[in-house]
Order: sequence, then structure tokens, then C-alpha cells
Amino acid sequence: MIQNYIPIFFVIAVAAIFGVAVIFSSKLFGPQRPDKIKESPYESGKKPFGNTKERVSIKYYLVAMLFIIFDIEVIFVYPWAVQFKSLWAEFGIFAFLPMFVFLIVLEIGFLYIYMKGGLKWD
Amino acid sequence: MDIWGIVIESVVKILFVLTIMLLTVSYLVLAERKVSAWIQSRLGPNRVGWGGALQPFADVAKLLLKEDIVPKAADKTLHTLAPFLAIFIAFSTYAVIPFGPPITLFGREINLHLADVNIGVLYVLALTSLGVYAITFAGWSSGSKYSLLGGIRSSAQMISYEVSMGFSIGGVVMMASSLSPVDIIESQSGWMWNAIVQPIGFITFLVSAFAETNRLPFDLPEAEPELVGGYHTEYSSMKFASFFMAEYANMIIASGMIVMLYLGGWQVPYIEKLGLGSPFTQIIQTLSFFVKVGFLLFFFIWVRWSIPRFRYDQLMNLGWKVMFPLSLLNIVWVAVVIMLFN
Repeated sequence: MIQNYIPIFFVIAVAAIFGVAVIFSSKLFGPQRPDKIKESPYESGKKPFGNTKERVSIKYYLVAMLFIIFDIEVIFVYPWAVQFKSLWAEFGIFAFLPMFVFLIVLEIGFLYIYMKGGLKWD
Repeated sequence: MDIWGIVIESVVKILFVLTIMLLTVSYLVLAERKVSAWIQSRLGPNRVGWGGALQPFADVAKLLLKEDIVPKAADKTLHTLAPFLAIFIAFSTYAVIPFGPPITLFGREINLHLADVNIGVLYVLALTSLGVYAITFAGWSSGSKYSLLGGIRSSAQMISYEVSMGFSIGGVVMMASSLSPVDIIESQSGWMWNAIVQPIGFITFLVSAFAETNRLPFDLPEAEPELVGGYHTEYSSMKFASFFMAEYANMIIASGMIVMLYLGGWQVPYIEKLGLGSPFTQIIQTLSFFVKVGFLLFFFIWVRWSIPRFRYDQLMNLGWKVMFPLSLLNIVWVAVVIMLFN
């Protein structure tokens, strides 16, 4: 099985070489005449003020945390999804019911978050 | 098969596919400009070459000769790493997408995909979700406020579509009972295309694919009218070009994914009934894959020039309150379909 992965390593190597070549060619042909105005951040022609290294309030941090939880549920569904047809042949409806209950619980949790205003914007 | 056979075969195939990808990317840019001109009753680029046919090469030459400016406020390492990541991810994702049935050439069977791994779908998902890092790094490291906003929006976008994307692929995996792209395509023989069997999943995946590739109506990280250039405001020369190429390469990969997962890959319904014989059937099937991808690419461009942009809280609402419940429903729907017909 491991030999199936050999081409993937080649693809990754070729992509990396290509990426380095493109980034490197950026400095290769163009002129290099940096000056103060050119190197300042673009702010629609005005003199830039402040910097961007200050802390920024991320309004959606709660959604981001919920995202992690729900994304793990996605991964939880995959093994069942791969096996579903054979499980159905063997166990009938009992292949589906546990996952159905799980999805219902997930949906209830989602509705709870929704009602509590967890997805509300600011 | 001996190890050197595999090595030579895969290197030849990789160089072949890379050439096709690069040519498609450059002509996709031209196609985008031509189609947008057509939609807006303009002429579009028509000076370089025959009717503008050499425009992509002129663009590359121009970008190569531009000065590469790195702002003083920028974080030099991340500022260089971000375009590299973008292009690296865009050009290593195609590895598992099959573009044709196995053919026989020089007396040996050749598979028309670079690698057949049993976790192909997970490979694509893993790499494409890394793509958000390129944009977020670019946005944060540039030291410009517009870029920073673009980077923040990019991560907001990622957390709103990824869950429904994962669940809609779950439905496809249930139909195929496998995560291997070849098995997924073979499970859609005849008219059993997943787009027909599970239309809800198809639509949620299609919308997620638009968000994934940062295309309008979800091109929030870029949003020219509000954010100048968004995350690539402070990039010039080939570093800018690498973001550009990555965007179009991602479009091709997203189209390939949609064709593979929902439109039957290289399958043409009832082609065996025609009795065309061995080489012709495979050629038509391979061509059909490229025709389907081409149509989807046209659809991407068509949507971009027809639909206005979403605001990013609207996108999060759409992702969480509409597409997430719909993609859960899709799982139940597919389970019911399998239980009724198997």
C-alpha cells in the first residue's frame, strides 16, 4: 500500500520546487530601488498612521470555538459513512439509528447555541 | 511493478499534469477576462496575439519585470512564506483527482491519476483547508490595515463553510463506501450521479466550493471596492502572481472535486452500449471529464460577474444557519435512500 503514496511525495516535491522558483524569480528580474514611500503600507495615498501589530478584537471568536467542536463531529461521521452499506446489510435499521440519534443530539445542541445567541453577530 | 517503473511513470505524469495545469491557469485568466467582457458588452483583451491569445504570456512577462516591494512594517519571513504556501498547496492538491479511466499505453496499464490512495478525499480536504493559512499569514504579515482585514475575513469565511462541506462529502462517502476517488467515481456509474441522488449535498458542496476558492459572491478576503486588494494589497511582482495563480489553480481543483464527487467523474452514462471498443471509449470518457470541468469553470466565472458580494456576517449566517442544517439533512437523506434501494 505504501507504494501508492510515492507519487504523492513526488507531487509535493515538484510543487515545493515550483513554489520556491516562483518566489525566487520575483527578486531576479525586476529592478530593486526601494525608497521610504514605497516601503510604507498602502493607505489610499494618505500618510499611514498607527500599526497593525496591536491587538484586534475578533468578534467571531465564539463561532470559531464552536467550529472546532462541529468539525470534530464531521470526522466522527466519516468512519460510519464508509461502513454504512455493509453495516446496513448486517444489522439493518440498527446501523442507522445510533447515528440518527447522534445527529439529533447534534442538532439539539446546535439549536441550543442558536437560541442562546451564540451565533449572533456582536 | 518494480519501484523504478513507478518512479519514472509518476514523474512523467506529474510533469504532464503540471504543464496542463499551468496552461489551463493562464488561459483561465484570459477566459475570465473574455467572458466578463462578453457579459458586460465589452471587447476584452484583443491586442496581444490573435484576438488576445498571447495575453497570459504578456502578463507573466510584465509581472516578472516588476519590482518586488516588501513593506518596512512587514514580517519578512511570513511575508515570503505566504505566497509560497498558497502556490505549494494549490499545486500539490491535484495529486489524487482522477481524470480518466485506466488506459493501456506501451503495453502497460496506466492510470489517469497521479496517485490512488485510499484516503484521497481526506488528502484533498486536509490540503485545501491549509490554504486559509496562506491568506491569513499574508494578511497579518503585510503590516497594512487592509491586508489585516482581509486575513481576518478569510478565517471567518473558513469557519463558516468548512463544517457543511465536510458533512456534504459524508453523503458521497456513504454512497461509495470508500474515501478513494476512484471508488467514488465508479460508484456513480450510469445515471447514479451524486448530483442526482443527493441534490441537497450537491448544492451545499457547490456553495462551499465557492467560499473555499474565495470567489465571488464570497471573495471577502479580496473585496476590491472595500479593501483595495485585501490580503494581497502589499504584494507585487511574482509574489502577487503566485496568489493569482493559486486562486485559479484552486478553481480548477474545486471543479475537479465537484466533478469527481457529484458529476460522475469521467463516467458517461450508457457509453458501453455504443460498443465503440477499447481506445475510443476511454478517450471519450477522459474528454468528458475535461468538458465537465470546463463547464464548471465557466460557471464559476459566470457567477462571479452576475452576483453581488455577501457581507461576512451574512456569509456566517448562511454557513451556520442554512447550510449546516441542510448538510445534516443530506446525511439522513442519503441513509434513507440507501436503506430503501439496497
